[in-house]
Amino acid sequence: MPDFRSVPVRRNVGGRPLGLAQELRDLVAHRFLLHQLVWRDLTVRYRRSYLGFLWTMMHPLLMMLIFVVVFSRAFRFPTPHYETYFLSEYIAWMFFSQTTVNAMVSVAWNGPLMKRVFVPKTIFPISSTLAGLVNFSLSLLVLVVIMAIVGAPIHAAILFLPVSLAILGIFTLGASLALCALAVYFVDVREMYQAALPAVFYLTPVVYPIDIVPEIFRPVIKLNPMIYLLEIVRDPIYYGILPSPLTLTISIVLSLGMLTIGWIVYRHLAPRFHSQF
Amino acid sequence: MNVIELQRVSVRYRTHGAKGLKEFVIRGLRGQRQHEWFASLSEIDLTIRAGESVGIIGNNGAGKSTLLRVAAGIIQPSEGVAISRGAITPLIELGTGFEGELTGHENIFFNGALLGKTRGEILSRIDEIVSFAALDGFIDEPLRTYSTGMVARLAISIATAIDTETVLLDEILAVGDASFREKCHARMRSFIERGLTVVLVSHDVDVIEQLCVRAIWLEHGRIVADGPAREVIARYQRARATSPV
Repeated sequence: MPDFRSVPVRRNVGGRPLGLAQELRDLVAHRFLLHQLVWRDLTVRYRRSYLGFLWTMMHPLLMMLIFVVVFSRAFRFPTPHYETYFLSEYIAWMFFSQTTVNAMVSVAWNGPLMKRVFVPKTIFPISSTLAGLVNFSLSLLVLVVIMAIVGAPIHAAILFLPVSLAILGIFTLGASLALCALAVYFVDVREMYQAALPAVFYLTPVVYPIDIVPEIFRPVIKLNPMIYLLEIVRDPIYYGILPSPLTLTISIVLSLGMLTIGWIVYRHLAPRFHSQF
Repeated sequence: MNVIELQRVSVRYRTHGAKGLKEFVIRGLRGQRQHEWFASLSEIDLTIRAGESVGIIGNNGAGKSTLLRVAAGIIQPSEGVAISRGAITPLIELGTGFEGELTGHENIFFNGALLGKTRGEILSRIDEIVSFAALDGFIDEPLRTYSTGMVARLAISIATAIDTETVLLDEILAVGDASFREKCHARMRSFIERGLTVVLVSHDVDVIEQLCVRAIWLEHGRIVADGPAREVIARYQRARATSPV
């Protein structure tokens, strides 16, 4: 006879949004599933290719080659070690844009699973973000190798990067939660988002130095939240300094604000996901 | 001890809704209705006690699967309260999350994780799972190389090896050949004998009559009859004989 003395009780009240405490308890109970999802994300795609895991690196490397050649040779920005300048933020941008898109794909793809077994509803955006962070870290390692090869100075400030990754990771998770919840209800959200991404990318000084933007447009361009979130990654790598207290504060506020918004949207929409799959 | 309690539970689905955000906004601007409702379950009151074996019968679209999902906590009721106590394992589809590129061994871990198990819990049952599935050396091959029967055996084997207190099954005993089905029925009976609570949805009233003490007959999202399996099944069959669907 099963032991019922300390049984967990689950109350599912009609029409109520997800509760934070219950969701966190469910995530802890499903930690092995989270681990498996991240691992699957990182390996299954490459299982049948000979180069395997290396493909994770190939895309940023190829893009880097194109951008570095086009922008440092063709446009001739007066930026020393342009490749480091560009790549430090480009890698961070790739993390944000790919993770948010992957999270939407993951929820859509795994939606039918959510009708067959009980899983914590936030587990798919969380696993996409964690897998994205692993790829991000690996790309940063590749960048350090490139920097060593081309002779760009490597500073002790790069030890600050885990903090930058955490802040950007929280922002990305928040954005993923909001986007995933909307994308479940509206099939065109992902397409619209993917069309908007390049626009945001070129409004962020990733490929160009901010000095080339005319003085009068700079206050407008600085309304773009991505500037601060990418700067905290570039500062330690390229400039060898810690982000300024102002930049750091803005990015922390942005990431916590995004996570709050994302959670609020998600907790209200997730209980009715099943009617969409 | 009630393991499952449903109090005036209704589940509604939205239909004919806008497919995209664009359409949603346009409908909103025109003042058109955004969607219609379809009731899958209406005001269900139901209590299942620990150790009971309950069969759920009814025609297609009666709400049997929805009832199972609400009881398992997979979907939230639109109205009412669904309470569950203890470890509940829904087995709604066999081999949920199976991945062709992963080996049988890796799929056991992933499938077990989906059922809420930890690595240690799966490790302690892995030998039993592999031997019950009778895969003869295929366990380290990718799942895409398996025959349909092998996939089904592996799935059943994982599903029935899971340590739990309540099992909710949706038609999954209908796979495999007769001898494998008999093996599965034997496992179900041992579940019931060990004091586990078993809730079983099936079209096959004979299976329910063999395994379940109690039966619930659902029609159009409402409970028509609830009582001793033999009586409920007899009423259900009489009703079907007089008005064939």
